[in-house]
Parts: sequence; C-alpha cells; structure tokens
Amino acid sequence: MSGSPFLILSALLFTIGCVGVLTRRNAIVVFMCVELMLNASNLALVTFARVNGNLDGQVAAFFVMVVAAAEVVVGLAIIMTIFRTRRSASVDDASLLKY
Amino acid sequence: MVAFWILSPIMVIAALGILFARKAVHAALLLAVVMICLALLYAVQEAPFLFVVQIIVYTGAILMLFLFVLMLVGVDASDSIVETIKGQRLMAIVAGVFLGLLLVVGVGQVSLGSAAGLRAANRGGNVQGLAQLLFSRYIFAFEATSALLITAAIGAMVLAHRERLSPKLTQADRAAQRMRDYASHGVHPGPLPSPGVYARHNAVDTPALLPDGSPADISVSRVLTIRGTTRSTPADVDLLTGEIGDGTSNLPISGSGPRGGIDGDPSERTPHGEDRTARHAHEHGEEA
Repeated sequence: MSGSPFLILSALLFTIGCVGVLTRRNAIVVFMCVELMLNASNLALVTFARVNGNLDGQVAAFFVMVVAAAEVVVGLAIIMTIFRTRRSASVDDASLLKY
Repeated sequence: MVAFWILSPIMVIAALGILFARKAVHAALLLAVVMICLALLYAVQEAPFLFVVQIIVYTGAILMLFLFVLMLVGVDASDSIVETIKGQRLMAIVAGVFLGLLLVVGVGQVSLGSAAGLRAANRGGNVQGLAQLLFSRYIFAFEATSALLITAAIGAMVLAHRERLSPKLTQADRAAQRMRDYASHGVHPGPLPSPGVYARHNAVDTPALLPDGSPADISVSRVLTIRGTTRSTPADVDLLTGEIGDGTSNLPISGSGPRGGIDGDPSERTPHGEDRTARHAHEHGEEA
C-alpha cells in the first residue's frame, strides 16, 4: 500500500485546521484547529516512517505529541488568564496593544 | 487500505464540522472523533505505540483539558459573527482552498514508490525499537523534552495562580456589611424570598408573588434571569391574585397537602374543574 493517500489526507486535515485558525473567533476553537494541524503533520510523519522502513518518523511524531501537550497546557492557562481579566474568550477582544 | 477508506471520510467530515460547529463543545467532541480515527490510522501503519499514546495523551488528557477549560470559560461562549477585518473570512477561505490545492497537487505529484514497511524495524517490538532510538540518537532531544515539560507545568501553575488582593470576607464581615447597608440605604437585611411558593406554580423559574399580587423579581435566581429562562407570572395566577385581597378566590385548590394539588395524592383528585388546575400545577412542578 503506497503512502500517497495518507499524505493527501494529512494535507486536507492541515488545510482545514489552517482555515479554522484564520476564520474562527473563539480562542479555544482556534487552539483546537492548531491541534488539528499538529495531528495532520503527525500522520504525515508516521506515513513517512512506514514508507522509509525505519522508526525515525515515529520518534519525531512522538516528540510532536510531547511538545503539543506542553503547548496546550500553557496556551489554555493563558486563555484562562485572559478570560479571567477580560471576561471574553474571543481573539478579537485581546487587542489592547493596538491602541 | 479498507480502514483508510472508511476512516478518511469520517475524519474529513468531522474536521469540517470543527470549522462549522457553532458551539465550542461540539468542536471539541468532533476533534475527539478525528483524533481517535487518527489513532486507528497509526495502528494500521504499524505504529502500535503511537496508537496508544494518541488515545491516552491526546484524546484522554489534552481533550479533557480542553473540555475543562470550556467548562470554566462557559459552555455557551460561542463565536461572534462580527468581522473585525473586512472580508477576512472570505479571504481566509480562498487562501485555504489554494493552500489545499497546492498541497494536494504537490503531494500527488510525488511518487513514493512502494512502501518499505516496518516489519524489519519492528522485529524486536515497536516499543523496544522506539526506545532504542530515543535513548541513543535522540537522547539530547529527549532530555530537552523533560525540561520543556517541567517549564510548561510551572508556567501553567504561575498563569493559573491568582493573587488575593483583598482579605477574605468572613461570615461576621458579611453580616456587619448587611446591617450597614440596611442602615445607610435600607437594603433588606434578611434572605431573599424563595421563588414561586404559591399553590399552583412552585417552579424555581417562576417569581414569587408579593402581598399585593405583583411578582418579586429578586426571588428568581440571577443565573436564570441572565439565561432568559425566567417564566412570567402565569395568567391564572393573575386571575387568582385579583381576588386574594378579599379572600374570595373562586378557584378551588385540589389535593390535601399544604401546597394544594402539587403534593396531594393524585388518586384523591375530583374529576371536575379541579383536575385541570391540578394537572397544570403538576406540569409546572415537573418542569422545574
């Protein structure tokens, strides 16, 4: 079984996540779309590992997962802090630096 | 390959659902669908360790974290429709379509050949093979990961910690404050009236009646008022309260309990007009 269909699926998921980041306003949903993009890249890494016949791609995917876990923890804490001070989880409301 | 063709449409549809879901909770659940399907695809692609890690770490831990934060931020926190940059949404969709076309066409052009497969690499076990790589070639990255995790944990603690700016109010402080409010501008010092305590409608979303028959708005929970689910005083109560003053209400109250038909024995109900009002009261009581 060739790896190309997996890569195309991965590209589709990445694109959907990208559009989600650009269009959604809720910070948590934006964050979920970032996770979707990370997962799509993981799928590509695992596919490359199988195509090349070694485990390096799986190790890279594992590292991506670890970094994503750390990123989610800090990101959600930031969203919580912003929500606590501004009573809003919208990415448009955090625009104090603009003025 | 069968698994791929079954799972990939589900994943794409669920991912598109994240884009269009109005509520953030629905987006989180759709993301869970995508992640579990991804885990299955890892299993198909000879990565059993990543299959388990994907389910435990992503679906189990990260998504639960998302759901907890959604719970704290408010489940109803839905997206605003207002565009701060004009035409940004349309431009984003067009750019997304182009990016997708570019990626799909680009990936489609590449011929990967037949996959080598991981049978040789997984001979001693997938976990053992990964461990051998992690603790030899990638040892420094692995150590850096531990530093990253500790930093993230401390960062989350620092961000989530809240400094108490004013001393905590004790019960005695609150009582004294209530009496001061009463003395200065006559705020009622006692507890708030409880909602809907009269014979027919004792649901929590129905305001209590004041002695003059007007509804007491403070008797309904503030949360219900904000959500807009407060019920107005029902029409037959207006009928009743018009006659409360002189005690000549002609509407009979069925049942034998202290709250009329609500906690009375339903079998004791008389079959005439009382039955209707009692059923009415039951409906309102059960909706609460």
